[in-house]
Amino acid sequence: MINIRNFSIIAHIDHGKSTLSDRLIQATRIIADRDFKDQILDSMDIERERGITIKSQTICLPYTAQNGKLYYLNLIDTPGHVDFSYEVSRALASCEGALLLIDASQGVQAQTIANLYQAVDHNLEIIPIINKIDLPSADVDMVRKQISEDLGLDPSTAILCSAKDGTGIDNVLEAIVNQLPPPKGDSEAPLKALIFDSHYDSYRGTIVYIRVFEGKIQAGDEVVFVSNQSRHLVEEVGIFQINRIPRPFLTSGSVGYIIASIKTVSETKCGDTVTLKNRPCKVPLSGFKELKPVVFSSIYPVASDDYPELAIALEKLKLNDASLVYQKDSSVALGFGFRCGFLGLLHLEIVQERLEREYDLSLILTAPSVEYHVIMKDGSLIKIDNPALYPDPMNIGTAKEPFIRASIITPDKYMGAIMSLCLERRGINTDYQYFSSNRMEMIFEIPLAEVIYDFYDKLKSVTQGYGSFDYELTDYRETELVKVDILVNGERVDALSQLVHKDRAVERAKYACEKLKDEIPRQMFKIAIQGAIGAKIISRQTISPFRKDVTAKCYGGDITRKRKLLEKQKKGKKRMKMVGNVMIPQSAFLAVLKSKD
Amino acid sequence: MCSLQTADAGIYIHIPFCKRKCLYCDFYSVTDLDKRFSFVRSAQTEINMIDFPMPTVDTIYLGGGTPSLLAPEDVSALLDSVRRKFSVSNDPEITIEVNPGTVNLDKLKGCRTAGVNRVNIGIQSFQDPYLKLLGRIHDAREAIACFDLAREAGFENIGIDLIYGIPGQTVRMWKADLKTAIMLSPEHISGYLLTYEAGVPLSLALEKGNIIALSEKKTVGFFEMIRRVLTDAGYIQYEISNYAKSLPSRSRHNLKYWTFAPYIGIGPSAHSFINNCRFWNVRSVDDYMTLIESGKPPRAGSERPDFRQQATEAVFLSLRCAQGICINDFEKRFSVKFQQLFGRTIALFEAEGYMIQTDGFCRLTCKGMRYLDSIADRLVYDIYKENQVDSAAASNPT
Repeated sequence: MINIRNFSIIAHIDHGKSTLSDRLIQATRIIADRDFKDQILDSMDIERERGITIKSQTICLPYTAQNGKLYYLNLIDTPGHVDFSYEVSRALASCEGALLLIDASQGVQAQTIANLYQAVDHNLEIIPIINKIDLPSADVDMVRKQISEDLGLDPSTAILCSAKDGTGIDNVLEAIVNQLPPPKGDSEAPLKALIFDSHYDSYRGTIVYIRVFEGKIQAGDEVVFVSNQSRHLVEEVGIFQINRIPRPFLTSGSVGYIIASIKTVSETKCGDTVTLKNRPCKVPLSGFKELKPVVFSSIYPVASDDYPELAIALEKLKLNDASLVYQKDSSVALGFGFRCGFLGLLHLEIVQERLEREYDLSLILTAPSVEYHVIMKDGSLIKIDNPALYPDPMNIGTAKEPFIRASIITPDKYMGAIMSLCLERRGINTDYQYFSSNRMEMIFEIPLAEVIYDFYDKLKSVTQGYGSFDYELTDYRETELVKVDILVNGERVDALSQLVHKDRAVERAKYACEKLKDEIPRQMFKIAIQGAIGAKIISRQTISPFRKDVTAKCYGGDITRKRKLLEKQKKGKKRMKMVGNVMIPQSAFLAVLKSKD
Repeated sequence: MCSLQTADAGIYIHIPFCKRKCLYCDFYSVTDLDKRFSFVRSAQTEINMIDFPMPTVDTIYLGGGTPSLLAPEDVSALLDSVRRKFSVSNDPEITIEVNPGTVNLDKLKGCRTAGVNRVNIGIQSFQDPYLKLLGRIHDAREAIACFDLAREAGFENIGIDLIYGIPGQTVRMWKADLKTAIMLSPEHISGYLLTYEAGVPLSLALEKGNIIALSEKKTVGFFEMIRRVLTDAGYIQYEISNYAKSLPSRSRHNLKYWTFAPYIGIGPSAHSFINNCRFWNVRSVDDYMTLIESGKPPRAGSERPDFRQQATEAVFLSLRCAQGICINDFEKRFSVKFQQLFGRTIALFEAEGYMIQTDGFCRLTCKGMRYLDSIADRLVYDIYKENQVDSAAASNPT
């Protein structure tokens, strides 16, 4: 155990986390250079493109230190978005230390601080690393000063490196060995291991990522997952070195995997404790939370006959994404689809993108919604996340919506802008505190519905990227809820209905009508687009009929060409949905979902 | 018989020569007239090369280009080749396209002797400035003279082509053209909206801003005017751009294009359709002659439209015709219920006054004809939408 180090790398986006990981992997030569590709831990295209990590990855790096001893350095890569903050916290809980990576030209950024606080919360030992020192614009002294003043860390411990050209990588490895504490724990005690991620392998079932805190686990053990008391016979344990390397056992302090014929990832819950059936630990690890979706949206295939493919794709995606929940749904306008629950809007976008990209589906998503609690006049409570199921307002007593406690960390000069952003979103500023002379944390209570859309983007924009945001669900509070319907030529398009606060209704309806007007092509007749609450019309747009197209000649040589033209147009129409007699392109549905600007 | 469909075949011979290219024309032609003689021999060879069984031929059409640039002996030679190769009916319609400025009485008489019984004159306009703008080689006086010559040569079936929507054209001028046309009393009048085909000089002039296209409102007005004026004068609109003095004077040959009758195209760029196969020849006259010389068919491409493609063609071609889609024929041919497939869409078009359904036909109204492309487009969506038209169930269209 003395020769194990478990650590994460935490950094602001684009400060070089993936490149540093790559260099550490290369330096320990567990992978041949010819097999190497950049950002090796970000295996999904989406991760590489967006520069974010979605799935945790972990890798065990054998490293012979300058003192001549062999160490096993477990790098646990963490997701980088507020939607996945719980997974991040579990990954950090598996570590004793963290490398805090700072770009030498950009210095300390909002996310650097947010990440640092998270690491400190988990009592991690922090090694500051100043990266990109090869850049002409690098200002190491400035960054050192910030490390001291803004982060309160000892700047003399900071390591200079350039992950790009490999400078300083040796020092980083030595620091991991010398500055991070080895894991503690009794390998003779009853097994206590933390599940911090899992993924599905079509041959082996769920691969469970664990950090062993106490005791020992090996093939043949019968284990229990504490949260649901499910029992599994362990077939194999091992460590990750890009590929899985089986080991006879994992003991306290180790990071690795177990395989136990687990068919679905949903049994394997992030944050859960694994122990032995015959010799259980007395107290499970703290901090377990059942992950619940907070954002809901329905997904429909553009071509109705793609429904079976969508069903298969979701099933496959779900194997690797325990937080994705879905059930069948249907819409008059869009046919069959699925109602899905997500951890947040980014999670939704990722699922959508993966379905479209990896399964080649074109999709229509309905407006994301939170889960409302509707108390009927007869006293019964109905939980509603789907506008289609909204009851007759005549029978509704009160409605409640989820609130969050939002923590925003920002340079104080953006305080005013953040204040107005949050107030505009029906937020209440409950607290604020200064971390340093010009950096502060602001606390707001905001309805969740107000942040799922574009809050994060807006915050980034009003703070020029310096504001960071984290939240937790707190409670349900009474709200004045209305259902806004969109009518196209008098026909209600159920897929475009939204549940919103009454003060938001007109604005949302107007926005939807405007977007639809822009996206629906002119057709043979006038198209009226209306936003309505019940029978009351609150916004309206009209699309005038299309241009005249008097047709001249068509003889033998024109027929194939003309037909091909019609066929070409029809291909575009495959991405259209008929609502009544109006053809609505997929882009129109998507545009309504997009935020303003 | 419900439809206009006939099993008799048409022969189209493309004569790819012009004295000068008109500025709006995208038909294939060359101005090197010396090649005419060797071309005629190639075309004869192509006729003789046809190696598939052919139904009776009841129409022959010499189009172009400018077929009237051929000597009557050449016309005679081509028609003889057709007669020798195929079984030609007793009363074939044999048309030659004639451009004013390329014929005299002798030539017209010679054509008539060769067997041509219908001429179609490319008059286009009776206004000299517009003729000049279009790049025609003739003026209005020559146009009328040409018509008179054709009558004098004994032709009793004469069609004339007019173009409207020319930059600068006014309602009054268009009306005057139509009056002049009616006064000449041809058996057939085609009125084509000027279209700006990609790459032709007129389109380039439009792009450069040297000419300004007429507004849609105006061209629609012109379209409605030709329909009204010619109908008032007793002409029957039997296709979007075509009017006949009486049912027998409809262009029997052109009707084949819209009714899935078989036709064989001879000459460069000519298209053929037979046994549900469409094929077409190379565009260049030189390539055409080289291929023929080496004993190869001058084919540039071919296709066999699948069931949905056939249904698409059936929709946009039938709707061009005044009688519209024969619902019974359509249902039989594509094994679908017409109402089930299009009912909802057509009901909407009916409500808007674009379409009517009577006596088993579904046709465009005058208002609807203005929107043919868009209406066809919408119906094609229905064809593809629910997989109701099954590609596997294809049957022989003839």
